[in-house]
Amino acid sequence: MKDYLVLRVVAKILIAFMLLFALYVQFHGDFGPGGGFQAGVISAAAVIFYAIIYGLPAARAVVPDWLVETMLAAGVLLYALVGVAGILLGGNYLDYFVLGADPVAGQHRGIFWVELGVLITVAGVMLKIFYVFAGRGSEEEPPS
Amino acid sequence: MMAVATVAIVVQRNLFAVVVLAGAYSFLMATVLVALDAPDVAMTEASVGAGISTVLLLGALHLTQGMEMKPLHRPILPLGVAVVTGLLLAYGTLGLPAYYDPQAPIHTHVVPRYLEQGLEETGVPNIVTAVLASYRGYDTLGETTVVFTAGVGVVALLRRLRRRDGKGGR
Repeated sequence: MKDYLVLRVVAKILIAFMLLFALYVQFHGDFGPGGGFQAGVISAAAVIFYAIIYGLPAARAVVPDWLVETMLAAGVLLYALVGVAGILLGGNYLDYFVLGADPVAGQHRGIFWVELGVLITVAGVMLKIFYVFAGRGSEEEPPS
Repeated sequence: MMAVATVAIVVQRNLFAVVVLAGAYSFLMATVLVALDAPDVAMTEASVGAGISTVLLLGALHLTQGMEMKPLHRPILPLGVAVVTGLLLAYGTLGLPAYYDPQAPIHTHVVPRYLEQGLEETGVPNIVTAVLASYRGYDTLGETTVVFTAGVGVVALLRRLRRRDGKGGR
């Protein structure tokens, strides 16, 4: 698809909005529909879109494999560490009330970090699966 | 329309058409969920069911053939099992309280507390986010771990296959 000028230009414009929408879904999840899972899928979709239009090597240059693999584990770790932070500050595991100055602020902070962890893991998993599938296809092409 | 899409998916032998129809089915499902006032779930269905899984299935299709093979024998027994299970499930729904019944157990257990005190306790207007991330934090941690495990499993499987292919081929 590298030769289609219209697709390339439109993709460049659209990807910025897709990532922006993912961030909106992530941080506006407290007030409207959305949250970490949806935002993770949308941001992964933006990168997959880039990979389809510009080719897998280009996408791997933007979001390299080691980063994706780190994201897989980092999201779960971040989520679990929020729980540990609750213990260290004197509450129960995954108890957000102690994270802030007052309980409501603590809840906001806890939910923010937890959703961020979900986003990182989901985006990482989706991207990794796509990379592995698409990578297999492109590696088998040259011999045939 | 969903029934038409389902029948078409079953009958169709061209897998490319099946993937596209499955994406259309997911979008119809998302509109149904919006009609049921569940925008969070609808968003997930639209982005995962219609978006990512379509792309992944097309990627898998790229690695295989585009046409489904003719079945070797007539699938009478699986069809019978599927029909009986479906009838049993439909029979089970008769025992459930009606969808609009405010006295149903699901609406009287912990939901009133979430709805009435959720805003004060968490300060988060979207009740779905409050339940998901705060009240049911353990569940969501488990779900995230499931997603992580699925990703690691796929990576482990496909990577080993690729390495073995490389060794066998060269």
